[in-house]
Formats: sequence, structure tokens, C-alpha cells
Amino acid sequence: MEKKLPPILEIRGLQISFKQYEKGFSQTELEVIRDLDVCVPAGEIVAVVGSSGSGKSLLAHAVLGILPYNASVKGEILYDGEALTEKRVKRLRGDEIVLVPQSTAYLDPLMKTGVQIRKGKKDAASKERLHQIFREYELKQEVEEQYPFELSGGMTRRIMNATALMGHPRLVIADEPTPGLHISVTRRAMEHFRELADMGAGVLLITHDLELAVETADRIAVFYAGSTLEEVPALAFQSCDTLHHPYSRALWNAMPKHGFQPIPGTQPYAREMPQGCPFGPRCPKYTQECSEKIPWRQTGDGRVRCIHAEEAQ
Amino acid sequence: MVFLLVAVSIVSFILMTMSPVDPLQANVGQAALGSMSQEQIEKLEAYWGVDEPPLKRYLAWAKDFVRGDFGMSLQYRQPVSKVIAVKLGNSLFLMVTAWILSGVIGFILGVAAGVFRGRLPDRLIKGYCVVISSTPAFWLALLLLMIFGVWLKVLPIGLSVPIGLEASGVTFLDRLRHAILPALTLSITGISNIALHTREKMIDVMESDYVLFARARGESTWQIVRRHALRNVLLPAITLQFASISEIFGGSVLVEQVFSYSGMGQAAVTAGLGSDMPLLMAITIVSAVFVFGGNLIANILYGIVDPRIRRGGNRK
Amino acid sequence: MKQWNRRKATVLILVISILFLVTVAAAGSQCSDAARATDFSRKNLLPCLEYPFGTDWMGRDMFARTLKGLSLSILIGVLAAAISAVIALVLGICAATLGRRADGVITWVIDLIMGIPHMLLLILISVAAGRGLKGVIIGVAFTHWTSLARLIRAEVMQLKESPYVKIAGKLGKGKWYVAYRHILPHLLPQFAVGLVLMFPHAILHEASITFLGFGLTSEQPAIGIILSESMKYLVLGKWWLALFPGLALVVTVIMFYLLGENLRRLIDPNSAHE
Repeated sequence: MEKKLPPILEIRGLQISFKQYEKGFSQTELEVIRDLDVCVPAGEIVAVVGSSGSGKSLLAHAVLGILPYNASVKGEILYDGEALTEKRVKRLRGDEIVLVPQSTAYLDPLMKTGVQIRKGKKDAASKERLHQIFREYELKQEVEEQYPFELSGGMTRRIMNATALMGHPRLVIADEPTPGLHISVTRRAMEHFRELADMGAGVLLITHDLELAVETADRIAVFYAGSTLEEVPALAFQSCDTLHHPYSRALWNAMPKHGFQPIPGTQPYAREMPQGCPFGPRCPKYTQECSEKIPWRQTGDGRVRCIHAEEAQ
Repeated sequence: MVFLLVAVSIVSFILMTMSPVDPLQANVGQAALGSMSQEQIEKLEAYWGVDEPPLKRYLAWAKDFVRGDFGMSLQYRQPVSKVIAVKLGNSLFLMVTAWILSGVIGFILGVAAGVFRGRLPDRLIKGYCVVISSTPAFWLALLLLMIFGVWLKVLPIGLSVPIGLEASGVTFLDRLRHAILPALTLSITGISNIALHTREKMIDVMESDYVLFARARGESTWQIVRRHALRNVLLPAITLQFASISEIFGGSVLVEQVFSYSGMGQAAVTAGLGSDMPLLMAITIVSAVFVFGGNLIANILYGIVDPRIRRGGNRK
Repeated sequence: MKQWNRRKATVLILVISILFLVTVAAAGSQCSDAARATDFSRKNLLPCLEYPFGTDWMGRDMFARTLKGLSLSILIGVLAAAISAVIALVLGICAATLGRRADGVITWVIDLIMGIPHMLLLILISVAAGRGLKGVIIGVAFTHWTSLARLIRAEVMQLKESPYVKIAGKLGKGKWYVAYRHILPHLLPQFAVGLVLMFPHAILHEASITFLGFGLTSEQPAIGIILSESMKYLVLGKWWLALFPGLALVVTVIMFYLLGENLRRLIDPNSAHE
């Protein structure tokens, strides 16, 4: 067995909250991410799967240090085994730590794509690198001279992936990279992430699309209402029996090929968060103890945060 | 645009005919009118066309106007075209200076405020803009006049040229000295509009996803401003500046009055107070030409500069 | 006491500005006589304790005159702005709901009015109305509605197209029900803020047109008249005649502006959480 390197990215107990006003004059801290753990080893794709409104995008922004000013962050973010301080992330982002954004809105509408990917650099090496990336992604040279609004969905996708390659990526954070794209484009985009991982980078894939995650990722972290509930190898999602958390199972059942069964109830809003397990109010196995703090438990190759996990097995 | 101009002329014509002030009385004077014989009065009435129906008068006026005959100014006793040519020259000097100065300074201040949103520079700039936009231009002119003209005595207190000099004896420097204060006033008041607008746009841009992404790619604030923000803010700012010609025109009416600067604004006030219809009509139309021209340029500029419109056709 | 925060500050500023404006308007209407009383034994006094703004060449108390002038300006401004806002509301809604024809006409009129420089149009209208108080009010009222009308038009059009209004229509809710339940609640705050933010403009333009000599007669000490009179004495070094009344006008206008901005801050969801 090969020696275990420290993971590229490790997040423990991440908490993100926002200052907000309630009715009248009282100001409250609105906790959007409560307790998030995720670990991205080098050379692997880890998918964080959660439904919309679970605070996934904030995870990406927190790692990159680009949260809005009224947000406050607690918990540990380790990069390469060391704390990722504000100073460090400022140095690394754009080069070692790269973001692959969601949509065209993340490209400057008035800047030609080529210049934009090169971040304005005009030296020969950057230009050559750009040409190389364009060849790899089968983009025509003319695209360099086009504005973002002139690109098709698939082209935009490739351009945004290309931005990541201009640096020396060791950690790639892809935030919902395939919204509403054609299946073949999506596949192609995922292949690119796999290539990046094969080159030794850690890929953090943030998505709501469980099927996509199961298909491409190595590991999957199930994220619900601000907390990670379960972390398992992607293979565990092949069958319902290898999943331990009732929410993960519910997700599995809700997949189109497993019968499309919806989960009753709705995800709680950050302000009305229950104590203890956030899934409690919707869980069939809910008991009194669920309203206390739930510890992690090892489950073979993964871990789960559910006191009823044994019964579930 | 031509259609709008015609409409402007019709509206101002109607407004002028609605006026209860009798042009005969206003221009000849009550006493003089009383001492005139009936024939003389009739002759004058015929001259101003008092008896004819408004439509006929308008058509007659419009026909002359299109041919370049703007009529005679009742107040200046000169052809309107001549009055306007002189006054417009004086005013343009003021307005162009103020337009450029306020545009450039306002844009820079707006960008700075947007970048430092919520911090000291932003507060100062915003405070300045609020105070200035709450200050009547004429009072600001009075203040400057007090400080520089009366108190410090470094600049002349009025007129566009020194008193008692022949027009030929006026040097360019004299003109410049007399234009400094009015131009300064106009610039100071003009800044706040463009600065506030640019600030808003700047804040939008700085909060946009593409700036967020640029930050995530390691670009510094300065790089983001230079590379992304300016590019996206400049166009709306220029457009606004072209569209705000009307404001500068309005401001110059007041400022010229305070400084007794003999320009279009002062002529408009004289014409208005003296019911000098031909002059007031001509001034209105000339200024409307400038305003519509400004708007037109703004629109055309958008089409040329913004790639989303310029290259819009290539889109698949 | 609860934590001091932005929203409380906003409400405080709102209250202060309303109090200030009401006080000025009320005090001004009380001192009409004092504003006109001449007393040549006390002419051209510098500001002092008894006459905080000094006195003029006819021995009139500038403080009383300023108060009176401000209250006149506030009343005229509020009245004209209110008329203007009603015009804006009516035409804005008409443009958005009465079909393409009406929209075209109203938009065209707005373009037309915006094409004539504001001051010039004010001059034209006040000449048409035969100058005087009537001319000022009509002039200000008829020139200020355009941008608010545009705003309301855009807002109503957007609301009309918004999914929830369309769905309400599909669900068989009546036109009036939709207008009352879904459109009005969104429109009213915008309208209120637009109205309040129109006050400062209206007052400034009122003062300007009076300053130029198109407005009130010198019998009525409107702030524009006071300043225009003071201009003649400026060269003689009587700076207080222009400084204090003008300053008072600026403060009044800023108060209106703060009122509008803070009202917006409370109402507008985009900035409510700052």
C-alpha cells in the first residue's frame, strides 16, 4: 500500500453565517452552513451533493476567500495539511487553487475570451499555453477574439474549464459546472475534470445532480441544510444497502432509475433549523436522541452522522 | 428627431401664445403705447401679427424659420440669428469646459467611491454629491463670487468681457478670466450626477459574478478595476454625460444670470421676462437640438462601442 | 438597550428630518409679519444674537425672512411635487396598461419634455401662465413627472409580466383583484419614495425660477427673491444676506433628500439588510 499523503483540501466543522435583520430592529446571525466536513485527496474527484438552497456555493467561496463582507467563517480549512489563511489563499488562488464557475455570468461581458483566459498577460509563453489549451479542448483560434455572448453553451463550458488550466492547478473547485447543458456536453466536461484529477489535482465538484456525481466522482459527500450527513465512496451509491444515512437513501430512491420517489417535507430554512440532526423532522427513524449533537461514525469505507445507522445497515 | 423638434416648436409656440402678457405692452411700454396714435398701434399690431389666428402665425413663423430667418428679437432689436450666434458662442465655451471637466472628475470620483464602497473615500464623495445636488447652482455661484470676486478679489465679478472695452480690444485671456468662475460653478454642480451614477454602476460591477470570478482567479482589486470595472462602467458614464446636456443648459441659465455672463442662458431670461417670443422660441429650439443631438450620439455610441450590439448580428 | 444598528439610525434620521421640515414650515407661516417689518434704525446689522442672520438694507430681520421664505418654498415644492407625482402615477400606469398606442404617445411626450432643458421649459411655462405663484406651481408640477412616470411604467410592465401575476390571472382572479393584491403593494413603496425624492428637485427649481424673476413678487419673501435681492448688495460686502438664507435652503433640501433616501432604505429589500 502506498504512503498516504495529506489530502489537498480538508475542511472540518465549517460554519458560515450572515448578519441579517429580522422584523423590526433586531439583528441576527443567520447560519447558512452549520457543520460541513469534506476531504479532497490528490488525484480524486470528490462531489459534494446537495439540493439547491443547501449552501453549496458558499463552500466554494469560503475556500477561495471571496465571501461577501457580511459573512463570518468558523472552522478549519486545511490546504496541503496547513491552515489556509487569508494571506495564503490570496497567493494561491488563480494559480494552484482554481475555480470553475457556473455560468457565462462569470465571464466579463466586454472582454474577448482569449485575453480573459490569459488574465491580460501578453507574453509569448501565455499565448502559447492558450493555443495549446485551445487545441486540447478543440476550440478554434477565432474563439479567442470572440466575446462571451457570442459563445454557445458548450463553448462557454470549455472556455471556463480553460481558465483553470492557465495556472498550475492542484485544487480545482467546480461549482455546479453543468447547469442545463446537453448530456454529451456534460459528459465531456466531466471527462475534463477526470483528466485534471489524473494529472494529480484534487477536484471538488459541487453539484445538485446525484447521478452525475455517482458517474464521475470517486467519493461523495451528502450535504443537507448546512451539514455533511454522510461521506462514502461513489460506488456505495450503486445500491441502497451500502448507504447508511436515511437522507442518502431517500436521495437514492429519488433518482429517476430507482423509481423517482420524492421525499416528503422540505429542507428547513436556515432560520428554522432544528437542533441536532437537520434531517430529523423529515426522517422516518426520528427519535428523541436525534435532537442532540450527532457524532461521526465510521462505516467501512465511509462515515455517517446518524445514530440509527446500525439499524439501517 | 425632426418630428420631435417640430413638436418642441409647436409646444413652445402654444405656451407663448397662451401667455397673458401682451407683447405690445411688454416691448413698447404702457406709457409709449398710450401716447401713440391708433394708426401706429395698428401698424405695430400688424407687425407682430396680433390679429391673425395662431395657426397662421405659427405656419408663417415656421416657414421663415426653416429658411433660416429666425425673425427679429424684440429685446435686442437685432435679428435673432445674430443674437443667438454671439450668445451661443459665449455659452458653448462655458458649457463645453464644464461638460468635460465635470464628466472626467465625476467619473473618477464615482469609480473611487464604488471601489471603496462604505469606507471613508466613498462617504466623502457621496457626502459631497448629496450636498452639491441639494445646492442651487445660483447660490453656489453667489458663494464663489463672494469668495473669489469680493473677498479675495482675484477674479472679476461679472460679465463675459471687461466693462468699457471695445469688442475688438478684448483679449482671449480676458475672456478666459471672465469664464473661470461660471465654468467652475457649472463643473462643480455637474459632477454629482455623473459621480453618483458611476458609483452605482461600479457597485453593481464589483458585485457581479465576473468580478467574483476574477478575484477567485487571483486578480487584485486594482487589476480588477483596471481590467474589468473601467471597461464596463465607462460606456454608461459616457452615455449619461451625453444625455445630461440638458442639465448643463439649465445650469448655465442660472449661472450666467449671477455672473452677468452674456450667453444663451441670460438671453433666455431676458427674452422670457420681456416676452421676446421670436428669441425665446429660437433659443428653445436650438437647445433642444443640442439635447436631442446628445441623446442621439449616446445611442450611436452604444452601437459602436458595445460589442454586444455591434457584433449582435454574428450571434448564432 | 438593544444593539445600536443601521436600521435604527435610519428611522432616527427619518424622524429628525420630518420634525425639522414640519417645524420650519410651521414657524415660517407664523412670522409673516416679522418678515416684512422694516425698521431703518437697525438696518445692515451683522448676524448677532438678536438677529442670528443679520438684517438687510431696510432693517428687515433676515432670520424671519428666511424662515418665511423656506416655509413658502416647502409648501410650493410639496404641492407642486404632489401634483407632479399624481401625473406621473396616472400616465405611468396608463402607458403600461392601455396598450401600445397609449404607451407610444406617453413615451413620446416624455421624450419631448425631456428634450427641452428643464429651466427653459420652466421659463416658458411660467411666461405662459403669466408668471406669479400660479406659473411657478404649474411649471414645477408639469416638468417633474417624467422620470417618475418612466419608472412607474417600467415597474408596472415588469409586474404585469411577472410569473405570479400571470398565474394569478390564469387562476381566474379578477383584474381588479390582481391589481389590488399583487401590483399595488409593489408599486406603492416605489411611488412614495419617488414622491419624496421629488421634493428636493421641486424646491430647488422653485427657488431657481423665482431667483430669475419669473416667480413671486418681492412682496412675498420666497427664498429665491431674498437671494436675488441680496445679489445687488453682495458687491458691497454684505455677505450674510446671501450666505445664511442659501445655507438654510441647502439644509432644507438635504433634509428632504435624507427623508427620501432613508425611506427607500427601509422599503427597498436590496438595502434593507445593510
